[in-house]
Amino acid sequence: MSERILMCGNEALAEAAIIAGCDAYFGYPITPQNEITAYMSKRMPEEGRVFVQSESELAAINMVFGASATGKRTMTSSSSPGISLMQEGISYLAGAELPSVIVNVMRGGPGLGNIAPSQGDYFQATRGGGHGDYRTIALGPSTVQELVDCMPLAFDLADQYRIPVVVLADGILGQMMEPIVFNKKPRRSLPPKDWALTGAKGREQNIVRSLWLPEGSLEKHNYKLQAKYQQVQKNEVLCEQYEVDDAEIIVIAYGVAARIVRSAVKKARQEGIKAGWIRPITLWPFPTMQIAKAADELSIFLVVEMSMGQMVEDVKLAVAGKVPVVFYGRAGGGVPSVDQVLEKIKQLTIPVKKQ
Amino acid sequence: MQNTKQNSYEEIIVAGFGGQGIMLAGRLLAQTAMKAGKEVTYMPSYGAEVRGGTANCMVIIADEPIASPLVDKPDSLIVMNKASLNKFASRLKAGGLLVMNSSLIDTKPQLDDSIEIIAIPADEIAVELGNKKIANMVALGAYFQKRGILSPDTAAACLPDTIAKRYHKTLPVNTEAIHRGAEFTKDNE
Repeated sequence: MSERILMCGNEALAEAAIIAGCDAYFGYPITPQNEITAYMSKRMPEEGRVFVQSESELAAINMVFGASATGKRTMTSSSSPGISLMQEGISYLAGAELPSVIVNVMRGGPGLGNIAPSQGDYFQATRGGGHGDYRTIALGPSTVQELVDCMPLAFDLADQYRIPVVVLADGILGQMMEPIVFNKKPRRSLPPKDWALTGAKGREQNIVRSLWLPEGSLEKHNYKLQAKYQQVQKNEVLCEQYEVDDAEIIVIAYGVAARIVRSAVKKARQEGIKAGWIRPITLWPFPTMQIAKAADELSIFLVVEMSMGQMVEDVKLAVAGKVPVVFYGRAGGGVPSVDQVLEKIKQLTIPVKKQ
Repeated sequence: MQNTKQNSYEEIIVAGFGGQGIMLAGRLLAQTAMKAGKEVTYMPSYGAEVRGGTANCMVIIADEPIASPLVDKPDSLIVMNKASLNKFASRLKAGGLLVMNSSLIDTKPQLDDSIEIIAIPADEIAVELGNKKIANMVALGAYFQKRGILSPDTAAACLPDTIAKRYHKTLPVNTEAIHRGAEFTKDNE
């Protein structure tokens, strides 16, 4: 077994990306994710790979476009305002079906906001974020170890589906240190990148583009993208659940918020409240089926976010009105405490009488 | 020995001014806990701190996976200057432990009787050892000795993984500082 080492989330995900075979990193500094760029500036040249500190976020995402078009594994990282600047490029990546990994270490918004941890970019990450009908896969790890484990998955998903993959972390996850292990897991078998721009000598020309002007061609392209998204929704949902079967209340949270929920639910169980939790790991594709199934039992749902009510909409769509869905969240750097979540659970349930 | 704990869910805040090695102290705590087979989280304050400004970090040591890495009410507080004492002392849990650098804190704080206070002249001990920058290690040594969750020897063994390679010539003096802090606590019990 590999040894446990202590690393902050930002550096750990950067090393995990290198292990996953990231060929090129492009980025522009912004707190609270600067450790990624700093780490890559040192390690990528050591590995003989590409590191560029771009002149802006727009440049970074378009460098990702260029590198990805040549068939290389490529990534960028930023934090909320920087990711907003990248949206045009992400839409182009989605349109041109270019694999890419985009790490968003979320901070408080809207606007320049602050540098405190937040989950306020859920809508942006799960709805596409830029213009046009597209989706990006969005992963929401909740520990530094899971952040490490989701990087190879992100690159594999990107290559398999030719899709941008967003890794949604936050200021806490990026800055905090936890013991981690770099597991070398077997990769997925991936299709050859026969679409890549590698020089057309001896073969037909490949074209990478997001512009479809002939009448009907863009509509056809959109149907192709939608069919792909349906495959992703069908095959790639990841979520974790705990003591859901007999639960009177199911608490739903992702990322750092899910860590807090885990403790609150444990305390609630100790006090005789039948509580459980569901933690989406893929935020898109969302675990709609899993949540819908849980809603078939008579229970109440509580959604906890470090935002003002974004994922709660996906939960309500999944629940489809069958049971009540209640929301609790804090924003702008506010982090719900275990006691606050426990209090909310208590308000919504009647504890079992002690015998 | 009321503040010696064996089983652990221990929340610690380390605080001082920028340049006192607050983050390094926190990272050594975390590294030591990991080496001892514990679950651990380390969370730095990452605001626009500069040398001379305030700096603090939060460390949680436990036997089970840790929920939030943020610490509201610490079990233990290690403060290296007066501003940090004023900022964090009221957040200490009843029955908690305060380790304070009496070289830079001249007053005895008004705290709940259940809180145990170790006032250690960390800067003076550091200067005696010939390096005023290692006051952080002196204070940590006092903490390790009193709390008993982690041993000063394990901490010393973790120094090479915590201190940047270019400063490895300071490993012996850092090790000595941890032990001097521990001895100070032992002698004053």
